[in-house]
Amino acid sequence: MEGILKELEDIVGRRYVSASPEEKYIYSRDQGLQEPHDPDAVVLPGSTEEVQAVIRLANRERVPVVPMGGGLVLSGLTIPQKGGIVLDMKRMNRIIEVNETSRYAVVEGGVSQGVLKAYLERRHPGLKHSLPDAPPVATIAGNVAIHGSGHLSQSEGGFHSEMVTGLEAVLPTGEAVRLGSCSTVPGWFSRAPLPDLAGLFLGWNGTTGIITKIGIKLFPKPKMEDILVYMTGSVDILPDLIYRITGTEMAEDMVAAISPKPDWLRGFPILLITVTANSEEEMAMKVGIIRESVRHYYQTMESGFMPVPPYMKSQFLGAPLKDLSKFADVMKGGGFEYVGSIMPVEKLPGACSAGLDIAEKHRVTCSMGARVIGRGHCMMFFNAYAFNRADEDNMARSALALEETNRATLELGGIPWKAEAPGQQDILRKMEPGTIQLMNRIRSLLDPNGIMNPGNWEAR
Amino acid sequence: MEYQELLHRCFRCGWCKLPLNFVDINCPAYMTYRFESFSPGGRLWLIRAWLQGDVEMSDRFREIIFSCATCKNCVEACALPKIKDNLVDIVIAARNEIVQTGKLPGPVRDYLMRVYDTGNPYGKPQADRLRWTDGLDVPLYRDQEFLLFIGDVGAFDESGMEMARNVAKALQLAGVSFGIMGEEEISDGNDVYALGEKDLFKHLAERLMKGFGDRGVKKIIALSPHSYNAFKNYYAAAGGKIDVLHFSHLLALKLSNINGGTLQARVTFHDPCYLGRWNNDYNACRSVLGGIRGIELAEMERNRANSLCCGGGGGNFFTAMLGSGPDSPSRHRVREALDTGADILAVACPICRKMLEDAVKDESAEDSIRVRDIAGIVLEAAGAWH
Repeated sequence: MEGILKELEDIVGRRYVSASPEEKYIYSRDQGLQEPHDPDAVVLPGSTEEVQAVIRLANRERVPVVPMGGGLVLSGLTIPQKGGIVLDMKRMNRIIEVNETSRYAVVEGGVSQGVLKAYLERRHPGLKHSLPDAPPVATIAGNVAIHGSGHLSQSEGGFHSEMVTGLEAVLPTGEAVRLGSCSTVPGWFSRAPLPDLAGLFLGWNGTTGIITKIGIKLFPKPKMEDILVYMTGSVDILPDLIYRITGTEMAEDMVAAISPKPDWLRGFPILLITVTANSEEEMAMKVGIIRESVRHYYQTMESGFMPVPPYMKSQFLGAPLKDLSKFADVMKGGGFEYVGSIMPVEKLPGACSAGLDIAEKHRVTCSMGARVIGRGHCMMFFNAYAFNRADEDNMARSALALEETNRATLELGGIPWKAEAPGQQDILRKMEPGTIQLMNRIRSLLDPNGIMNPGNWEAR
Repeated sequence: MEYQELLHRCFRCGWCKLPLNFVDINCPAYMTYRFESFSPGGRLWLIRAWLQGDVEMSDRFREIIFSCATCKNCVEACALPKIKDNLVDIVIAARNEIVQTGKLPGPVRDYLMRVYDTGNPYGKPQADRLRWTDGLDVPLYRDQEFLLFIGDVGAFDESGMEMARNVAKALQLAGVSFGIMGEEEISDGNDVYALGEKDLFKHLAERLMKGFGDRGVKKIIALSPHSYNAFKNYYAAAGGKIDVLHFSHLLALKLSNINGGTLQARVTFHDPCYLGRWNNDYNACRSVLGGIRGIELAEMERNRANSLCCGGGGGNFFTAMLGSGPDSPSRHRVREALDTGADILAVACPICRKMLEDAVKDESAEDSIRVRDIAGIVLEAAGAWH
């Protein structure tokens, strides 16, 4: 490895390569519950050319490469399961272009959600991008690569991977490719009408290459926003509530929350409905239409819209929400991991029921909820388990709960999102053999030496 | 280790890397090194790993621990209310543990030894503490209203000495009655404390407190925000009853005593961490600048609680753990100041002044912007500059 380290230093500069025990320790683990594995080196590239040179070297030497963005995936996808090089992309942090008229931004692979948000607020205040419920240091490319979703996923077209307008990626053999309109003409405005090769890098957990630049859709930013909170005593009506409200096309974001905390919320699921508008009149109209769509429920059942004082609204509005990180301290223990399940909206009551059973069985704290994706086309249901990093028994029970939640998700008819390596195996066991064969053929073609994030999507 | 019970509660979510407005990385060490291990969360996780025996003490570990500039951006931005207030305290506690081992990074050891041996981090004779007064009529403290505490950088660094002269002249112009300790002044210990040498800090504090007591000092004007912080927070916590002001506080109060004049300039102000985030004062300096006719104040994107540290805090000014390359905080800060179109980058701390002056040269921006302390700006506006 010594010779390889020297070559890595020649590529990116000595100060951006480390094989020190301290960096190995930090990059061997994430905040979740997966087993740590040491990398052999951590490398911080500063350009596409440097990424290419590192990959060519790794491919020549058959050294695994694990790309990493914000390092916040929680499910171990950036843990180097078979050692090798962790490629921390965050030095590639330039915002290359914002096309205000065509509403897209082109950013390097290490640009964070927060930095793009701040940039747009300063220079393009009429535009915004969809932010995930992750801390602001999560990267655009990392989130897109795992099919993330966010606060515009309900209203503006689904998963963040569906908002990609173009990609530049480095293949496992070192070639840089451009996909989408940017492959043919100067603009990064669309993936259509060309063969959609961007999908080769979306949802693959870094096993097919490294995203070095990305075009992402931007959206109009209305001047006003408000939050409606619908509370009900039954999760059973949530799918129909979501169906009715998404049918109005008046809401920007919709998140269901089923939480044991705070105490007053226990047993009372709530639906958080964000509404945006450019005028008081527009806001009143949208809110009125949403209310009308669920009149049937609040007139006939013990449920309805909660009055929300302004201080409380601020806890729900805005993105990213800082309060979500506080969940890590519920157990006074600095940890949480969750199973995010992509599943049909109608599965929500069953997912809640399974989640409660699993939490009770393993004696763990579980918070559940769901973000609506598209016009109710599906949801990202989450079972979040807070754990105490100083309590090994609590961590072990939380890990068992996660594994069981993955299996329950599949049994319910959903698919675990950004699943841990064992969860990926659960998915692959349910997957059509023909699909697995195609995935393997694609990977063999792109990555003949199997260097890219080995241990992920490995069909056995 | 003190605060050990909090270590596992850091989630390493990374809010601490950015300012509250997300403009860019705002942790000086992480900005410079870019490895997760140098982020506040990474540092906390490594301290825990070290205490658990999962990583060993090494040069790299010490570099990670001592490169923190104690700027408190992490405290401002952390998402976890139960631990955020102690984030820098934890780093200082870890440094204290390393001090106990005696295995310090060379620059840190040398700094502490010089302070121990000579009472100042430059290792110079105490008689040199009066060099900055050459050509000025600055009396020793007897029974004046205030003691003007110059601090190490103001007394020994050429740039700091110029700032000390500016402050003394501006205070005299404003009619403030003050004297200095001269050769009897020693290091205030703020950065000694930040580097974890709490015993040496205690020794310095006791000596200075005795010096203040012997002279009957009741009120102090601190040239440096670092001194101001030490007297206000550490000495007071140790029972020292000192009424301390930063010089900007007095200038803000007494500016009307100075026939202010006019300075046609676009000015951007760099908040010193030990005045701003450490002591929640963002207004005094802006009040001074706002009181001068002709000055147009242009804020940098990172200002007030979001301000970017110059990289000199936490002892880094003397130990240079963060270096001076293009990724250093001071270079970033100068580029940010240039983006405002300002003619003057205003400072209120001798460490910031020196760090940013050097960064302006490194950025080859001497023709675009000049670094001025706010006392110097007051003098310039009043026509009393040099």
